[in-house]
Amino acid sequence: MRQSVKFLRDGELVELDNVDPNETLLDYLRLRERSCGTKEGCGEGDCGACSVAIGSLKDGKLEYQAVNSCIQLLGMMDGKEVITVDDLSKNSQAKGSQELHPVQDAMLRHHGSQCGFCTPGIVMSLFTLYHAETKADRNTINDQLAGNLCRCTGYRPIIDAALESCTGKAEDRFSQDAQTRTSKLNDLDDKEDLFIGNEAKFFAAPASTEALASLYEKHPDAVIVAGATDVGLWITKQLRDLPKVIHIGRVTELQKIDHSNDEIIIGAGVTYADAKEILATIDPDVAEIIRRIGSTQVRASGTIGGNIANGSPIGDSPPLLIALNAKLSLQKGVHSREMDLEDFFIDYGKQDRKAGEFVSKIRVPKLAKNEIFRSYKISKRFDQDISALLAAFRLTIDNGKVTQARIAYGGMAGIPKRAEHTEKVLVGIDLNASQTWEKAAKALEQDFTPLSDMRASAGYRIEVAKGLLIKALHEVSNEKADQQGNQTRVIGVREAV
Amino acid sequence: MLHKSPVTNVSTATVGKNNKHDSAERHIKGTALYIDDIREPQGTLHLAPGYAQASCGKIKSLDLSAVKSAPGVVAVLTAKDIPGVNDCSPAMGDDMILADGHILFHGQVIFVVAATSHLEARKAARLAKIEIEETVPMVTVEDGLEKDASVLPPYEFLRGSPDEVIKSSPNQIADSFHIGGQEHFYLEGQIAMAIPGDDGEILVHSSTQHPTEIQHTVAKMLGVQDAAVVCECRRMGGAFGGKESQAAQWATLSALAAHVTGRPAKMRLDRDDDMIMTGKRHDQACHWQAGYDDQGKLTAVNVEFNSRCGCSADLSLGVNDRTMFHADNSYYYPQARILSRRVMTNTVSNTAFRGFGGPQGMVFSERMMDTIAIKLGMDPLDVRKINFYGDEDRNITPFGMKVQDNILDELVSELENTSDYRNRRKEINAFNKKSPFLKKGLALNPVKFGISFTLKHLNQAGALVHVYTDGSVQVNHGGTEMGQGLYTKVAQVVAEEFGIDLEHVRITATKTDKVPNTAPTAASSGSDMNGMAAKHAAETIKDRLIELASKLYQVEKTAVRFANNKVQVGDKEIAFAELTQQAFLERVSLSSTGYYATPHITWDRDTKDGRPFLYFAYGACCAEVTIDTLTGEMKVNRIDILHDVGKSLNPAIDIGQIEGGFVQGMGWLITEELVYDDQGRLRTHAPSTYKIPTASDVPEDFRVSLWNSSGNREDTIYRSKAVGEPPVMLATAVFSAVTNAIASISPGQVPQINTPATPENILRSVQDMKKRDRKAGA
Repeated sequence: MRQSVKFLRDGELVELDNVDPNETLLDYLRLRERSCGTKEGCGEGDCGACSVAIGSLKDGKLEYQAVNSCIQLLGMMDGKEVITVDDLSKNSQAKGSQELHPVQDAMLRHHGSQCGFCTPGIVMSLFTLYHAETKADRNTINDQLAGNLCRCTGYRPIIDAALESCTGKAEDRFSQDAQTRTSKLNDLDDKEDLFIGNEAKFFAAPASTEALASLYEKHPDAVIVAGATDVGLWITKQLRDLPKVIHIGRVTELQKIDHSNDEIIIGAGVTYADAKEILATIDPDVAEIIRRIGSTQVRASGTIGGNIANGSPIGDSPPLLIALNAKLSLQKGVHSREMDLEDFFIDYGKQDRKAGEFVSKIRVPKLAKNEIFRSYKISKRFDQDISALLAAFRLTIDNGKVTQARIAYGGMAGIPKRAEHTEKVLVGIDLNASQTWEKAAKALEQDFTPLSDMRASAGYRIEVAKGLLIKALHEVSNEKADQQGNQTRVIGVREAV
Repeated sequence: MLHKSPVTNVSTATVGKNNKHDSAERHIKGTALYIDDIREPQGTLHLAPGYAQASCGKIKSLDLSAVKSAPGVVAVLTAKDIPGVNDCSPAMGDDMILADGHILFHGQVIFVVAATSHLEARKAARLAKIEIEETVPMVTVEDGLEKDASVLPPYEFLRGSPDEVIKSSPNQIADSFHIGGQEHFYLEGQIAMAIPGDDGEILVHSSTQHPTEIQHTVAKMLGVQDAAVVCECRRMGGAFGGKESQAAQWATLSALAAHVTGRPAKMRLDRDDDMIMTGKRHDQACHWQAGYDDQGKLTAVNVEFNSRCGCSADLSLGVNDRTMFHADNSYYYPQARILSRRVMTNTVSNTAFRGFGGPQGMVFSERMMDTIAIKLGMDPLDVRKINFYGDEDRNITPFGMKVQDNILDELVSELENTSDYRNRRKEINAFNKKSPFLKKGLALNPVKFGISFTLKHLNQAGALVHVYTDGSVQVNHGGTEMGQGLYTKVAQVVAEEFGIDLEHVRITATKTDKVPNTAPTAASSGSDMNGMAAKHAAETIKDRLIELASKLYQVEKTAVRFANNKVQVGDKEIAFAELTQQAFLERVSLSSTGYYATPHITWDRDTKDGRPFLYFAYGACCAEVTIDTLTGEMKVNRIDILHDVGKSLNPAIDIGQIEGGFVQGMGWLITEELVYDDQGRLRTHAPSTYKIPTASDVPEDFRVSLWNSSGNREDTIYRSKAVGEPPVMLATAVFSAVTNAIASISPGQVPQINTPATPENILRSVQDMKKRDRKAGA
């Protein structure tokens, strides 16, 4: 049992034995370290001004990812490397011994800052893109910057700076020094359970499933934290005191992804970012929905397991996974059970999870040959927004007719929910008879009575729910006719230009 | 072609160059200090505001015992602790620093907690027990109108008899729509830190566009003389009008806590508190009628703006006046009635926001153009052009000012060509015919924006220039830096004057003890006014140096020239730093103030007579969008902008203002939606629910050019034009393009749509059009 948090701060070991379970990484940087380059913009992981780079080993290789330090807990940094804007241009002995990092230099030359307050976060976000090993194009940059709001520039000069500097060839002191940092990070991975505090107040990061299960069984009132992209806000916005925090990020088994010919198994600690590639093998729409969850910063720390466990009615992955008929595994002590994911969500704020029971993995079936999948997310802003609604369709097609339908919507009820009436009406629908589709769309009114809120009105939600079903059928029928899946796949405004 | 501007061929060494923002390197390194980054003196207290969960009513009881006994709490302050005047309003005396007796909106601060940490203060502030005897709040403009509630009397421009002329016109139209508000979303939230000094003096660091007002408000609150208070602002992390008057409350509260406790006190608002407690762009309900001939030329316009001002006057007088000044945008209204009602509601007091009411006026005029075009089946650009102000006639605005610097025809024609408007119009029509769900829209809209404060006395600026004996120069002026590059432009002007490199000119924090009695940095006027004041200060010193050199080296004054960090004195050349050293030895002052008052401003609000603006800035934008008629989603495909900045002081900075202003305006018109519930509580008080544009909302095809101007016809600083606000209004083209796309569903029918054109609003309008189309077809 280790009673201190150990991480690298720009290559140097930091060991802390006084870590409050609720202390954020941003507060550590600004208040304890007094490294004030990193800014607080919103305190809820939405604006990106507090972005820092986190280095961690992925299959033994050092990777940098941007995260929102305002909603990362300090204890979660255990075993990782933290790099902030304050580190970037200091001691720079990179090529040509330039004082500025290449992304800083490009930002400077392209006039990428005006008020400068979002700039440190943008620099750090681009720093991780610089280390991404592929040349950045406009879409990649848009995606990388979706979680970095800038209110002054209109982004164009920042995008130009990124296009120029993020060439896929990292040649800075961090890349030159990668081996040393990798071995230091390896050394930090001591497989020891981490526990700071006492029985009444602690931060714990067990290193195995067994340790996690026994600790949580003993402290069922503890809060389990995976990426903290939700729990972080309990602390910064609801100002809650969470006396007992158990972080699952060090449980190797929960970080695993397995797959076979017919299913994918995702551990509860797998981040969206890490899950995206394998989920894309099911269908490109799955990958696009995952891409549109939060921002790169959120996806680097947030997990699919957490998205399910927090029970949000507007979480994006549950309706997607329910339409795919995913199964959820829960564990308590040494006992595990599995259920259909849709059964986990009982009512608004209520899930089928017992005290001391935690989400351990998700099994996602792949599509059969005659199954077609479509999913759409509707939000006020296209990127980095919470869904007004999300629709996911899995249709079995035989001879131009729908023979089975599995449909789930998010944002349409207190829980992510299947459209069972509509599914029934859809069965037998002829893809060539578009005049019959309206009947199926109309059935959605029986399935859902959505609410109005700041994201959308009830009326809009139901109208768009119908529109998306029509859109899916339209796409599927065209695909069938053309035999050109990719060209007819999506008919949205983002793709049509 | 008419030459409306004098041709200026002044060659410059620094002015007009693409110098980087003076803080750019510090921005990207994270070393630029914002107020929260300044090392606090030991013992600094951190403040958090407390408020009630009601929008309107009498404070029945206020139990702060739990707050006081919370961990870390040092003091809890209420209205009773204010020694002087409990007011932080910019002029009208109606904004309480701390509520006393009644509350007028949800989020109004009732008390403030001072604790040893920010988190402790925030936690303690939530422990108050507040009972409010609630009354039904007026939330919407309509609620306020119903109760005849206003913060200021209505104001009207009237020319001729528009109602009669509309009635007798060949065509008439009447329409109503709602123009949404906007949250500033400066990335650095409101913040101030007050440090008590000697003999009751106080230094207030404030993230403010108006240090002088902070000084005055703090002095008034403490009941001390202005001279006892100094306000300093080095930079803001964005402001956009949101720190013109709205910074005062937090500065005064910091000063109050510092005064009561004797300790430094810092108040940084949490983002949600900031969005709940500070004012926004005024949303307006707009009702209008117009008459026009068969070519689309207006005969008369009658428009009413009902503006949600919130619970107090704040800057609503000027803001709403500017809505009226720009209700014509670029178009001649032969007869016009423009009425503005300043409606009171139980919501946060709305305030300045880049464009200062102008955008609301212009979005009306552009909707009117679109509407007429749809009714007549004309291309909207042709309707716009036929209504442009003329040169010799048709050139008097509804407020009586003659438009003398009109470049609309040339500028818009150029953009029409470079954007390939006519061909793309054909392509879009063809696309819309064959596309079942996706529809495209195209629009090309002009902007004409008046430059000057419409409050005459604000059109003045001061500067202070020190030249040190080593030849380095320190410049201070009344303008504040919020990212717009003002410091850089003013430094360029001073460097130009002395013929020295920019690196020898240091601009220091704006501070009321260096330059007093300043205007806010607003109305796009920062570089026009402060640049000129700094130039005057530099000229005074330069004149002394010329006189000295001419005496020392026995040459004519005209033979002394400053360039390349040197001074040419007859046929001799000496270093600038050598001359400054000589000046010291010869006892010549190397320091001077400079002052500038904008000329030719004669506007009298009471008589509605005179000239409110020194000149107009012009621009135009062509926008193309695609909408999805199944979901209401929208994408901007391409933007072309041509904008007039006169002779640019710094093209790189000006392009940055144009692009950034446009994107901000676009956000206002598409995704940025303020949602209040029926209790008057703002539901969109964080970036998770309030959506400003992100990178992918900006089109990849984004072409921005500066109009090839021969210079401002007015004698402005190096014949440049102001650029801060006008580009915001270029974004009306996006809204018009959306209207255009929706209109394609049922030609001849005018889409009903409010701003912002969110997916929901677009879909609603689309479905309404489809219904009307079915009816028309039946």
